[in-house]
Amino acid sequence: MNVNDSIVVVLAASAIFYGTPLVFAAMGELLAERSGVLNLGVEGMMLTGAVTAFWAVQHLSGPDWLVLLLATMIGGLAALAVSVIHAVLVVGLRANQIVSGLALTIFAGATGLSSYVGNVARLGGQPAHHEYTAINVLGLADVPVLGPILFHQNALVYASWALVLVALAYLHRTRTGLHVRAVGESPQTADVMGIDVARYRYAHTLAGGLLAGVGGAYFSLAITPNWIDGMTSGAGWIAIALVIFAFWRPELTLAGAYLFGLFSSLGFVLQARQVHLPPEVFASLPYLMTVVVLVAVSTGWARQRLGAPAALGTPYVREER
Amino acid sequence: MRIQRRLTTPRWLVVAVPVASLIAAFAAAAIVLLIAGKDPGATYARLFDRAFIAPGAITSTLITATPLLFTGLAAAAAFRMRLWNIGGEGQLYLGAVGASGAGLFLRDQPPAVIIAGMVGGGLAAGAAWSSIPGVLKAYFKTNEIITSLMLNYVAGLLLTYLIFDSRSFWRELGTFSARAFPQGKQLPDAATWPTFDLGVAVIPFGFLLGLIAALGLWLFYRSTSFGFQARVLGDSPSAARYAGIKTRRVVVAMMALSGALAGVGGASEIGDFRHVLDPRGLQQAGFGYAGIVVAALARYNPFAVAVVAFLLGGLANAGYSLQGPDFPAGLVGVLQGMILFFALGGELLLRYRVSFRARLAAAPS
Repeated sequence: MNVNDSIVVVLAASAIFYGTPLVFAAMGELLAERSGVLNLGVEGMMLTGAVTAFWAVQHLSGPDWLVLLLATMIGGLAALAVSVIHAVLVVGLRANQIVSGLALTIFAGATGLSSYVGNVARLGGQPAHHEYTAINVLGLADVPVLGPILFHQNALVYASWALVLVALAYLHRTRTGLHVRAVGESPQTADVMGIDVARYRYAHTLAGGLLAGVGGAYFSLAITPNWIDGMTSGAGWIAIALVIFAFWRPELTLAGAYLFGLFSSLGFVLQARQVHLPPEVFASLPYLMTVVVLVAVSTGWARQRLGAPAALGTPYVREER
Repeated sequence: MRIQRRLTTPRWLVVAVPVASLIAAFAAAAIVLLIAGKDPGATYARLFDRAFIAPGAITSTLITATPLLFTGLAAAAAFRMRLWNIGGEGQLYLGAVGASGAGLFLRDQPPAVIIAGMVGGGLAAGAAWSSIPGVLKAYFKTNEIITSLMLNYVAGLLLTYLIFDSRSFWRELGTFSARAFPQGKQLPDAATWPTFDLGVAVIPFGFLLGLIAALGLWLFYRSTSFGFQARVLGDSPSAARYAGIKTRRVVVAMMALSGALAGVGGASEIGDFRHVLDPRGLQQAGFGYAGIVVAALARYNPFAVAVVAFLLGGLANAGYSLQGPDFPAGLVGVLQGMILFFALGGELLLRYRVSFRARLAAAPS
């Protein structure tokens, strides 16, 4: 048997495939949270991205790469537009971040705007006209073990790796990134330094929306190239949990996302190999593992040494220091 | 524009702001309708008619409002002390499982016993499910937002498993068609909850139970020492610890109380309306998430929760019965989200005084 068909290689490759939307969404949430804004609307923003990107591939025509690029951008921008509501409410109007984020998911998510748009445009049941397919990078796809894992993925997977590197460099190697961390840890100090706290928070909340939208587009353009109401089924929430277990660090977010990609794909892979368990057992794995991992990281030394941004979730009002 | 913190909030504003947010939300959603090429006036007229005016409208609105009243109280009870239980959806599913299980198990008993068993079953199952995030929060400091929400998906999968992928006690296996098309066992007639005909409308038993629960929750927070401890813990965890309040116990108990309320909501949905464990119907309704909207709009006041549940119950009922090409699914969620956004924005007016005037050039010496 070819080593590339062994269960370990197949699982590793599909963990990356299924983990990638979580990389985008969690990286977006990480940027927002590093600036002190908790956005629980990720699920809603992802679904907005999924439906608008799918609408775009059905209505644009051109070469595959161009349509997919435009559609992904449209999905990202639509989710960004939705995130503006949260930014205005919590940064501008000092509203409760938890309730506002929940409202965003109710407004935009399944049974909300994304479902409305999909139903009005009658997107359900259509096969996608364009979809992301695996690229054989430099013809290395057949290299044993590493080929399928590293060199036979779709373009968004490679984009997500670039994103993690950019986010790492941005947060730890640039002055702006230093300011972002200051705004998230101690907005008072940042304000005294002359940093515009509100502007940083707006910008990073919107960046979070953009990336959540791209993550959503991955669902409707790569994972299941069609549109189903509520198709992200909780990935947005898992992305929020990921930021917590990655201790707000981009590199750990990538590892965590692939761990959850593994849980999501385990069911498909094992069922294809004649392992018979109720499908609900596999389907509930990512959710149950989220709880388990969250418990593990919220106890003991991890919490004390690698905590959340100190000002996460609190509005900054200059007059009320 | 100047924004100053208010020391006292005028009473009229507490009512005016939520009402204004309702109106503003409908105005904003009208824009969404216009973009989609629908006539907002006609849409709203039909929604309002189907919710409150048409024959029998109030009765079906009350049936939809009942689980919303319970999930709204569940969210209000927890949110009031800044315990973010957003697992009302899953706790309601478990309540439905518990209540329908009790109703099927007690099928040969007198109606009063069956109904008491259903309420108890829903309450216990909901409380047990919400105790998981409660205990994790109290003993491991695990973020309850994520854990309670993850369990919603697990609860939904449990429903599907019980009816579609197992030979469980809840599944009908007696007839040939039920084996081909999986469905739940029908509860006995004696398990149907009573109704009270007032002429204008028929009040379901579950709604009355919900009003009693609202009164109970109000008294709990106002007049019991445990409710006071919960309030202190919500307002200032450090003060609560200094005062010797056993914070872990309060967190676990409040999470369980919140889940119990949502669980009875699930029981009411079975007893008043469905009479069968129906995974698809329960998941489509989304009562748990809508309960969060209800609680936030009611500003966590139990009596206001009842009023808001009735209004949003009307919206949900009308949206559901009108659903079709003219009323695509999703419109109700858009409206609910908009209402919540405006209510949140309106909070600013309650907490701060906003005045528009030119800044004084210099303070008079």
